[in-house]
Amino acid sequence: MYEISTREVKKVPTLRGKTIINLFFEPSTRTRSSFELAAKRLSADIVNFSKSASSVVKGESLKDTVLNLEAMNPEAIIIRHAASGAPHYISTFCRSHVLNAGDGSHEHPTQALLDAFTIRQVKKTFAGLKVVIAGDILHSRVARSNIFCLNKLGARTTLSGPPPLLPPEFKKFGVEVEYDFAKACQDADVIMMLRIQLERQQRNYFPSLREYRNLYSLTRKRFSRARRNAIIMHPGPINRGVEISAEMADSLKSVILRQVENGIAVRMAVLYLLLGGKEREPSA
Amino acid sequence: MSLLLKNGRVIDPATGTDETLDILIDKGKFIAMKPRIEAASARIIDVSRLVVAPGFIDMHTHLRDPGQEDKETIRTGSLAAARGGFTSVACMPNTTPVNDNRGVTEYILSEAKKKAVINIFPIAAVSKNLEGKELTDMGDLVEAGAVAFSDDGLPVRTSEIMRRALEYTKPLGTFIIDHCEEKSLTQDGVMNEGYYSYLFGLPGMPSAAEEIIVARDLILAEKAEARIHIAHLSVKRAVDLIREAKRRKVRVTAEVTPHHLLLNDSALEDYDTNLKVNPPLRTKEDSDYLIGAVKDGTVDVFATDHAPHTLDEKSVEFDKAPFGINGLETAVSLLLDRLVNNKIISLSRFVEMMSTSPALILGLKTKGQIAVGADADLTVLNLNKDTIVDANRFKSKSRNTPFQGWKLRGAPVMTIVRGRIVYSA
Repeated sequence: MYEISTREVKKVPTLRGKTIINLFFEPSTRTRSSFELAAKRLSADIVNFSKSASSVVKGESLKDTVLNLEAMNPEAIIIRHAASGAPHYISTFCRSHVLNAGDGSHEHPTQALLDAFTIRQVKKTFAGLKVVIAGDILHSRVARSNIFCLNKLGARTTLSGPPPLLPPEFKKFGVEVEYDFAKACQDADVIMMLRIQLERQQRNYFPSLREYRNLYSLTRKRFSRARRNAIIMHPGPINRGVEISAEMADSLKSVILRQVENGIAVRMAVLYLLLGGKEREPSA
Repeated sequence: MSLLLKNGRVIDPATGTDETLDILIDKGKFIAMKPRIEAASARIIDVSRLVVAPGFIDMHTHLRDPGQEDKETIRTGSLAAARGGFTSVACMPNTTPVNDNRGVTEYILSEAKKKAVINIFPIAAVSKNLEGKELTDMGDLVEAGAVAFSDDGLPVRTSEIMRRALEYTKPLGTFIIDHCEEKSLTQDGVMNEGYYSYLFGLPGMPSAAEEIIVARDLILAEKAEARIHIAHLSVKRAVDLIREAKRRKVRVTAEVTPHHLLLNDSALEDYDTNLKVNPPLRTKEDSDYLIGAVKDGTVDVFATDHAPHTLDEKSVEFDKAPFGINGLETAVSLLLDRLVNNKIISLSRFVEMMSTSPALILGLKTKGQIAVGADADLTVLNLNKDTIVDANRFKSKSRNTPFQGWKLRGAPVMTIVRGRIVYSA
């Protein structure tokens, strides 16, 4: 899959004749374009739905919206929604495959897959790797999906962030929790920063962006405590100079754009596994 | 016409009765209870092998009428209650308009008289429009027929207005029922805060929000020497606070719902909006502790918090669904099956919590007992009847139950209100 995107003609006929609906109820640059390109490179027909240009603004419910789109006979619906559990909910009445492209503060499974793919590209193995995930863990679907994925693959995960955004119960997910971010960075192999949503400050999850930057921003000094070959990841969009200094975001240690590149390959694989592969040879 | 119930196992905790008796009813009142009664002119009903209890009273029901008749009406709510074994319900004031003045109380009572098959007792609002700013005309409302005061659905917002309400109601012989929730802590929460809210990515409502208001209410009630009733108790620490207050003779009573006893927050993994309720389903530790509080008497009554909502309102994303569980038609079977059959509480204690105690708390002097001259309200139970919860058979207008498909043993089979059979299985 990865190789296809490096060809001069970036297209294979695998999913020709399949229809996919990209149902995005939230703004998105990366995930939406990534799914769209993944579908196109597999020759599927993809329709983009955006909330602002739809009947949702006229008050149509999620259920009615999905039922109407389903009447157009798609094979798959890719959904991004602000409500946790929305993909699960629509799957209770949908015939098509439902792909979760991020639901509320719950999960973002393809992000975790592309992150794992990227880590493996660089580190070759997960066994014993120390992965630090830092920032707004409480509201992060990226953090949750990564915790489950990395645990399964054998990495050791450490979470860091301000206590109101990182309740101690997260330890029950099988991870370490270290509130001192500099300490958390010690001997890390991977440091994954999460975007801090500016509106969280209004709810007093932390006092100010200045304070957040002072305590939780990934700076050169903090990064220097990590292992020599450590890499920096971020699911985007980044707030330069807030959770990550511009210098670190653009450094050679950053694999942020490689994550984006790999996202297409991973999503092509996911679409292929769900929609294609009927003629696949039985595996040896 | 008079009614004669033959050979029932009569349980009346008010007098400690548990024996096989005949019961004679005439003109809506109990005439006699004896081992063998002959009455040639009476209609005879054989209730042998059945339990006959004083009519069950649900002191926490939302009838949605006036204003939200798409969810429930006084008529349909009363039919649901009768089918569920209840002869009386007290209905909460968060209707549209709010029951915060004599006009609405009188509407409910006159509607009930015309259309309800059971007794309806209105609970009026503590504050005008439930806003927590100005007290309602409580004396006028008591005179119109309000049996208690509550801003249910919401807590009594400020300590100051709770204090004044407690002080003011004391000489009126009535009391306050509080929905204990510190709103600044729950905000946009939709489930219990803890491991499962973090796992499911849903905004949490911390148990501290309930504990803080329970503590506030107990402190204020003690100072005012007034009566307070804590609605739908759901957390362990709140039970401890009440137990301690009772030990010091604070005039507090408390209720618990079947769903808070039998379900917990791990059940939300399917994002089933029928499990969305306020207070939220708490942890297994909390629900186990509540069962202990039922056993040791810290909790006084079972109440349903019957909160009907339409299918459309519940067929949405979890965040958007309204809070509430439809409770009238499942409560008795759930509690018989899970608490009485499992010998967690005795049948007599169950009847006490369903009838005797709510009648005492609400001040319904002619209810909650099988005594000569008292209102002939009876709930007849078959302890061996197997049922499967099926929302499609509900008499309620709404179907929002999380208990669909539950197999239960023990069910109400006949409901008698003032000598009239209003439900028979």
